[in-house]
Amino acid sequence: MTAAAVAVAGPRRRSAGLLTVLTWIIGIVFFFPVLWMVITAFKHEADAYTDPPSLIFTPTLEQFRALFDAGAWPYFLNSLFATTVSTLLVLALAVPAAYALAIRPVKKTQDVLFFFISTKMLPVVAVIVPIYVIAGRIGALDNVWTLVVLYTAMNLPIAVWMMRSFLQEIPAEVLEAAAMDGASLRQTLLKVMLPMVAPGLAATALICVIFAWNEFFFAVNLTASQAATVPLFLVGFMTSEGLYWAQLAAAATLASLPVVLAGWVAQKQLVRGLSMGAIK
Amino acid sequence: MSTDVATTAVPRPAVPAREPVRSARREGWRRRAPLLPALVFAILVTQIPFLVTLWYSLNSWNLVRPGSERFVGLSNYADVFADRVFRQAALNTIVITAGCVIVAMLLGVALALLLDRKFVGRSVVRTLIITPFLIMPVAGALVWKTTMLDPLFGIVNFVLSPFGAGDYDWTSSAPLISVIAALVWQWTPFMTLLVLAGLQSQGRDVLEAAQVDGAGAARTFRSITLPHLRRYIELGVLLGAIYVVNTFDQIYIMTQGGPGTASSNLPFYIYQRAFLGFDVGQAAAMGVVVVIGTIVVATLALRLLFRSFVQEDR
Repeated sequence: MTAAAVAVAGPRRRSAGLLTVLTWIIGIVFFFPVLWMVITAFKHEADAYTDPPSLIFTPTLEQFRALFDAGAWPYFLNSLFATTVSTLLVLALAVPAAYALAIRPVKKTQDVLFFFISTKMLPVVAVIVPIYVIAGRIGALDNVWTLVVLYTAMNLPIAVWMMRSFLQEIPAEVLEAAAMDGASLRQTLLKVMLPMVAPGLAATALICVIFAWNEFFFAVNLTASQAATVPLFLVGFMTSEGLYWAQLAAAATLASLPVVLAGWVAQKQLVRGLSMGAIK
Repeated sequence: MSTDVATTAVPRPAVPAREPVRSARREGWRRRAPLLPALVFAILVTQIPFLVTLWYSLNSWNLVRPGSERFVGLSNYADVFADRVFRQAALNTIVITAGCVIVAMLLGVALALLLDRKFVGRSVVRTLIITPFLIMPVAGALVWKTTMLDPLFGIVNFVLSPFGAGDYDWTSSAPLISVIAALVWQWTPFMTLLVLAGLQSQGRDVLEAAQVDGAGAARTFRSITLPHLRRYIELGVLLGAIYVVNTFDQIYIMTQGGPGTASSNLPFYIYQRAFLGFDVGQAAAMGVVVVIGTIVVATLALRLLFRSFVQEDR
C-alpha cells in the first residue's frame, strides 16, 4: 500500500480501531463479574477478602474439594434429574402438539397458541399457594417429581411455539413427495421430518434445560432436605455470608458451568429459542 | 400454506357418501389427538391452581391455624387495596421492570451495533457478552451481593474509590438500584442477541443504496435501521418484561425486600405473606390482583406479539 493510500484510509481505520477497542472493553466489563467469580473460586478464604482486591495469590482447589465434603452431590443429582426428566417430558408433549399446530393444523390454531403463551404470562406467584397446599395434601412436598411436573408446565409453552416454528420450515413439497412414495406416517415422521428438525429439537431442549436448571422460586418453596436443587445449595451459603466468599464462588462457578458451556456451544440456537422461534 | 400440506401430504381415505359428517368429525379428532396431551397437561397444571387461588382469595385462612378457614367474600381484596406495603410493592415492581427493560434494551442496541461489524475476536466478545445471561441467576445475585457490591471488599467500591465512594453500602443504601443493576447485567445479553439478529437480517443492498444516495451513518440508522429493528426491539421488551416482572431470585438474595420493604416487589411480597406469614387468603387475593394487572398489560402486548409471529405464516 502506498503512503498516500494509508494517509487517506488512516482516520477511518483509526476510528474503526477505536470502536473495536471499545467493544472489547465493554465485553470484558460485562464478563468481569463472571471472571472474578471464577478467580475467587481458586483462592484461599484469606485471599478472598483483601482491600484492595488482590490478583496475586496461590491458586488452590481446596474450595471445590470442600464443596463435595459439604454435601453438594445430592443437590446436583436432584437438579440433573429435574432438568433432564422435565426436558424429555416437554419434548414428548410439545412435538406432537406442534405437529398438530403446524403440519396438519387443527381448527382454532391461533386460539390454542394464544392459550399456551398466556399460561407463560400467568405470574407464578398467583398459583404457588394452591400448588403448595395441594402438594402438601397429596404428600408431594419435598419431592423431586413435583419439580419435574412444574418445570414441564413452565417450559411447555416455549417448546410448543419453538417446535411449531421449526416444523413450519419443512417445505410442503418434501411431505408431498414422501406421501407420493407411499411412506407411512411413522416413516414420514422418523425418516423425513426428524432429521430436518433435529437442530430445532436441540435448540428447544437447550432452552428448557437453561430455564429448568436455573429455576429457584418453585424449588425454594416446595422442597426441603430431600429434593433441594443446586440454587438452594448456593442459598445455603447466605447464612454465613461474608465469611466464605471463596467457597461461595466455587459453588456458584460449579452451579453455572453446565448451562454456560451448553449456551456457549449453541449460541446460534440461543437467539431463536429466546425469541420462542420468532427470530430465525 | 399449512392447510395445503394437510390435504396433499395425507390423502384422505375414500369415504362412503352416507357418512360424511362422522368421518369429518373423526378426521377432526385425528388432527386434535396429538395436541391433547399438551393441552390437558397445561390446563391441569396452570389453570386449575389458578381457579383454586380464586377460591382461596375469598376465604380467610391461616396455614398455621388449622380450621381457621372461613368464607369472607371480598374482604381480602379490600385489605389488599388498603395495604400500603402492597401498593409500594406494586410500584417497585413497575420501577424494577421498566428500569431493567429500558436500560437493558438501550445497552443491548448499543452493543448489538458494536458487534455488527467485522473485527478481531468478534465471536469471542459476543461470547463474553452473552455469558451473564447463562449464569444461574441465584449465583449471579450472590456474586453481585458479595464480591461486587460489598461495602468493604467489593470491586465496585474499589473501582469507584478515586471518586470518593468510600465504603458505600449499595444493597442497603440503594437497594432498588442494586437489584436493577444485577438484573440489567443479566438481561442485556438477551436484548443484545435479539437486536443483533435484527441487524444481521437487514438487507445489505438497502444499506448500500442509502450510502450511494449520500445518507450519512446517523441518517441511515434513523431512517432505515431503526424502523427495521422496531419489531425486534418490541419483541425483546415484551419477552424481557414477562420474565422481569416475576423477578424473585435477585431480591431474595440481595436485599430480602429490604431495608424494611423498600425493595420488595409483588412476587417477593406475596411470597412473604404466603410462606412467612402463612396468610393464604391474603396472598391469594394479591395473586389474583397481580393476574388482573398482568392481563391488562398482556392483552396489549399479545396483540403485538401476534403481529410479529403469526402474520408471516400465511
